[in-house]
Amino acid sequence: MKKVSVSFTLNGDPVTAEVPAAWTLLRTLRENFEFTGAKEGCGVGECGACTVIVDGDAVNSCIFPIPEIEGKSVVTIEGIADKDGNLHPLQKAFLDNNGVQCGFCTSGMIMSAKALLDKNHNPTEDEIRTSIAGNLCRCTGYVQIVEAIGMAAKK
Amino acid sequence: MSDHLYVGKSIPRTIEIDKVTGRAVYIDDFKRPGMLYGKILYSDYAHARIKSINIAKAEKLPGVRAVLTGRDVPDVRVGFLKDQSVLKKDVVRQFRDEVAAVAAISPDIAREAIDLIEVEYEELPAVFDPVEAMKEGAPLVHETDARGKPLRTNILPLPWRFQAGDIEQGRRESAFTVIDHVSTTWVNQCCMGPSGCIAEFDMNSNLTLYNQTNVIFGDKGRISEYFSQIGLKGKKIRIINPIVGGSFGTKLDTDIYEFICIQLALKTRRPVKILFDREEEFRALPPRQPARFTVEQGCDREGRLTFRKIEAILDNGAYTSWGATTPSVMMMPVSSLYRVPNIYYQATCVYTNNIYCQAMRGYGNPQASFAVETSMDTLAEKAGIDPAEFRMINRNQSGDLTPMRLKITSCGLEECITSVKEKIGWNDKKGKRNGRGVGIASLIHVAGGARVTLSDGHGIMVKVDEDGFVDVLESGTDQGQGSPTVISQIVAESLGVRPEDVSVIFGDTALCLWDAGTHASRHTFMAGNAAIMACEKAKKQILEMAAEYMPRMIKSDFKKMMKKDPEFVEPELDYSLISDPANLDIRDRKIFLKSDPSHPHFNMDINKVLRRGLHVGTGESRVIAAEAFYDPPTETLDRELKGNLSMTYAFGTTGVEVEVDRDTGEVKILQLVAAHDVGKAMNPTLLLGQVYGAVYTGVGYGLTEEMKLEKGKVMNPNFLDYKLLTAMDVIPIKPVIVEPGDEAGPYGAKGVGEPGLVPTAPAIANAIYDAIGVRIKDLPITPEKVLEAIKNSK
Ligand code: FES
Ligand code: FES
Repeated sequence: MKKVSVSFTLNGDPVTAEVPAAWTLLRTLRENFEFTGAKEGCGVGECGACTVIVDGDAVNSCIFPIPEIEGKSVVTIEGIADKDGNLHPLQKAFLDNNGVQCGFCTSGMIMSAKALLDKNHNPTEDEIRTSIAGNLCRCTGYVQIVEAIGMAAKK
Repeated sequence: MSDHLYVGKSIPRTIEIDKVTGRAVYIDDFKRPGMLYGKILYSDYAHARIKSINIAKAEKLPGVRAVLTGRDVPDVRVGFLKDQSVLKKDVVRQFRDEVAAVAAISPDIAREAIDLIEVEYEELPAVFDPVEAMKEGAPLVHETDARGKPLRTNILPLPWRFQAGDIEQGRRESAFTVIDHVSTTWVNQCCMGPSGCIAEFDMNSNLTLYNQTNVIFGDKGRISEYFSQIGLKGKKIRIINPIVGGSFGTKLDTDIYEFICIQLALKTRRPVKILFDREEEFRALPPRQPARFTVEQGCDREGRLTFRKIEAILDNGAYTSWGATTPSVMMMPVSSLYRVPNIYYQATCVYTNNIYCQAMRGYGNPQASFAVETSMDTLAEKAGIDPAEFRMINRNQSGDLTPMRLKITSCGLEECITSVKEKIGWNDKKGKRNGRGVGIASLIHVAGGARVTLSDGHGIMVKVDEDGFVDVLESGTDQGQGSPTVISQIVAESLGVRPEDVSVIFGDTALCLWDAGTHASRHTFMAGNAAIMACEKAKKQILEMAAEYMPRMIKSDFKKMMKKDPEFVEPELDYSLISDPANLDIRDRKIFLKSDPSHPHFNMDINKVLRRGLHVGTGESRVIAAEAFYDPPTETLDRELKGNLSMTYAFGTTGVEVEVDRDTGEVKILQLVAAHDVGKAMNPTLLLGQVYGAVYTGVGYGLTEEMKLEKGKVMNPNFLDYKLLTAMDVIPIKPVIVEPGDEAGPYGAKGVGEPGLVPTAPAIANAIYDAIGVRIKDLPITPEKVLEAIKNSK
C-alpha cells in the first residue's frame, strides 16, 4: 500500500503521520494517533459522528483524504478542554442539559457546534440547527442538544 | 417527599464526562492485544441452495488467520425457535444469511478475503408476502422444524391467541361498530453506534466476550447453551459491556455475529473483533417487525367500548428472534388500552424470505397502538363523539383489573388527556378540515418490570470506602438512558451521600448480580428499587459503626480541646442517644441524631466515622458492603396469556397539530404535546430527554422511516435513503409530566424509556384525518401516500 507522510497540527501540537495514502483523516486520527473521540457512524459522510474541525470548518473526517491534511490545523473533541482540563462550555452544557445520551454522536455534535460558535457568538436557533444538520442523533430528538449549544453560546 | 436532596433534581450527567471528552470506550474503540478482525459474507439470494463454497483463495491471502463456512463449525441451531444455524451450510433463506466468515490481521485484509470467497447458488422459489406465504402451495421457507420434523406451512407455531369476555355479546350491545385495516412496515433501530463484539478465549477455553448486549445474563445463558452443544460444556463465560452507542432493541437477542465471532476466536485462539458497518446495520440486523391488523371495535350509545377484535399478521422473516414475541406486548394495548370488556386477539407470525425481525423501542406496542388508536378515531366518528371525549369516556382508571389481568395501580391517564386537550387547544382547533388538524392517541406500557423470563429481578451491590465514596456494581447496561446519573442520585439519596461520591460499574457478568436486562423500560424501576434495598443495608452497617465509634470520637475530641485550651469545659451529653444506631441517620455525608438534627455535637462526617471504624486491627476491621436482589411479585402470563406482568403501568397521551399541504402531500407538525404519567421524575431533565428522543423516533415511524425491501433485499441501507429525522426537522414538543407517584416505584418512579414513542404515530395519523378528511392507515405516512389518498377520496 502506498504511504504518504503528512505533517499538520493536531490539537495544537505539530505532528507527522506516515499512513497509507488511501486512509481518511478519521482513520488516521483513530488508528495512528489513537484519538478515538471521533466516531465512524457511517463512513460515507452521512451521519456526522466523525466531525472534526479543519482550519476552522467542521468536516466529516471519514471522507477527508489524508494527503489533503498537509499543513492544516485539526481540532478534535480531545483538544477542546483548556490546558488545565476545564471543559469547553459546549462540553459542560451537553452534560448539564442532557445533550448527550448514548454519546456516540456527541463528539461530532460538539465539534460542529464549536465550528459555529467560533465564528458566531450569538447564533439563532435556526443557525444552531443548521450547524448540526449533518449530525444524526437517534437518542435525543436534538431538542436538548440545540438548547445546550444555545446555553454554551451565552458563556 | 419534597425534602429529597437529589432525587427529583436535574443533576447534570457529569458522571458521564467521558462521553463529552472523547474518552468513552465503545466497542469501536476497544482493542485487545493480538486482536484479529472478523468479517462476514452474506447471501446473494433471498432463497437458494448453496451448491459450493470455495474458500481456497481467501485462505491463501496473507494475513488471513481463519475462514469458516457452515462445514467448519458444528451444525448447532440457535435462536428463539432454534430455526437457524450460525453459518448456513445448505440453504440460505434471506439476504442476510451468514454464509462464511473470515478472521484476519486487519479489517482491510478481512474484507478482501471475503471478496475472494466464491459461492455457487441454485436459486429457489421464494415468498415475500406473509399473506401469500400462508397460502397452500406457497414456497416453504423451512422444510423442517428444529427437530427435523417436516413442516407443511410457513405459519409459526406460536400461541398468540387471547380471549376475554364474549365478543358476540359485545357486538349485540353495540350501537356502533367499525372495522379497519391497518399496517406498519420495517423500521431500523438506527443506533448511531454500530454493532460489534470482541470474543477472546484463554488457553483454558474460557470465554470473555466484550459485547453490547443489554441482557448480559441472557446473553451468557444463550452462549452457555451453545457451548454445551459445541463441546465447550463447563467452560466459563464472562460478558462485559463497553459503553453502548444506543440499543433500541438491537441488543436484546444474541445475534448471529456474536456466535460467529466466538467461532473465529476459538479457531484462531486470538481475540477477534467483529464490527458492523452502516450497510450491515441496515442489511444484517433484525429490524422492527411489520404487521397488518384487522381491527373491529364497537361501542354503545354512550360511547362505552363494547368489544375489540384484532387479528394481526406479522412478517417474521426467515428466522425467529424476539420479533416473534412482540405479539405478547401487543396484547397489552389490545386488551388494556382503555376499558374494553370483550376482547378477541389473534396474531399470526409467518415465515417469509424477508429479513428476520426483532424488538425495537416499545416492542410491539407502537404497531398495535397504531391499530387501536386508528380504530378509536373511526369509531368515535361513527358514534358522533369527539375523539378526545371518546377516549375520556373509556379511559383506564386506578383500581382497574384489565381483561388481561393487569392491575392498574397509579394511573394518570385522565390528567394526560385533559392536559393534552388544553395545551393543544383542542376545542378550538378540531374538526375544521381546512388543512390544519389535531389528533390524539394514548398509551399503556409496562413500567414496573415485565416478567417475560422466570426471574424478573435485578441485583445490585454497594460498597462504601473509607472516604465515604460508593461503588455500585450494577448489572444493567448503560445504553444512553442516563442510568449512571439516575442510579447515583438514588444511591446518594438513600445512603446519605452525594451523587458525585458514587461510581457505577455496569454490565459485567463476573462482577454483577443477576439482572433480567435493561429493556422494557424497566431499569430505573428495578435497579432503583434494588439500590434502595442495598443502600438501606449498607446504611445500617455504617450507623452501627457510628453508634460504636461516635461517642468515643466525640469524647476524645473534647479531651484534645481541653489539652489545647485548659479553659474548655466538656459539655455534659447523653451519649446513650448516639450509641443506638436506630437513633441515627445519614444525609449529605453527615451522620446525625434523628431527634435533633442540628445538635451541635452529635453529628459527624461520614468519612470520619468510616476512617475510624473500617481498618482497625485484628478482629475488629470490617467492610461496608451490601447487596440486594429485587424481584417484584409480578406474574408471567398463564396459558390464557393473562397475568399481571408488571408492578405498574405507564400511561400517556399525545396530541398533535398538523398542517397538510394538499398539493405536495407534506405533513408539517405545528405542535406536539406529550403528556406522560411517569410516577415521579427522578431527574426531570433526563426524563425529558427520554420523551423527546422517543417522540422523534415516533414521528419518524409515523412519517418518514421505512426500510424498503424488494424481493427480500434491503434497497436503502444508508442514511441518504433511509430518512432519519435531522435537527432541521423542527418538532415543537411540549412535554407534560404527570406525577401521581407510584407506590411500588423507587421514590414513586415508573419506567419511561419507551412510552413516548408509542402514541406518536397514531396521533399524527389522526391529526392528518382531522386536517383533510383522509385517513391513512399504513405507516409511514409519506407525501406520496397522502397525495394518493387525497386522489382516491375525490
Ligand atoms: S462517519 Fe463520517 S459522516 Fe458518518
Ligand atoms: S446521543 Fe445517542 S446518537 Fe446522539
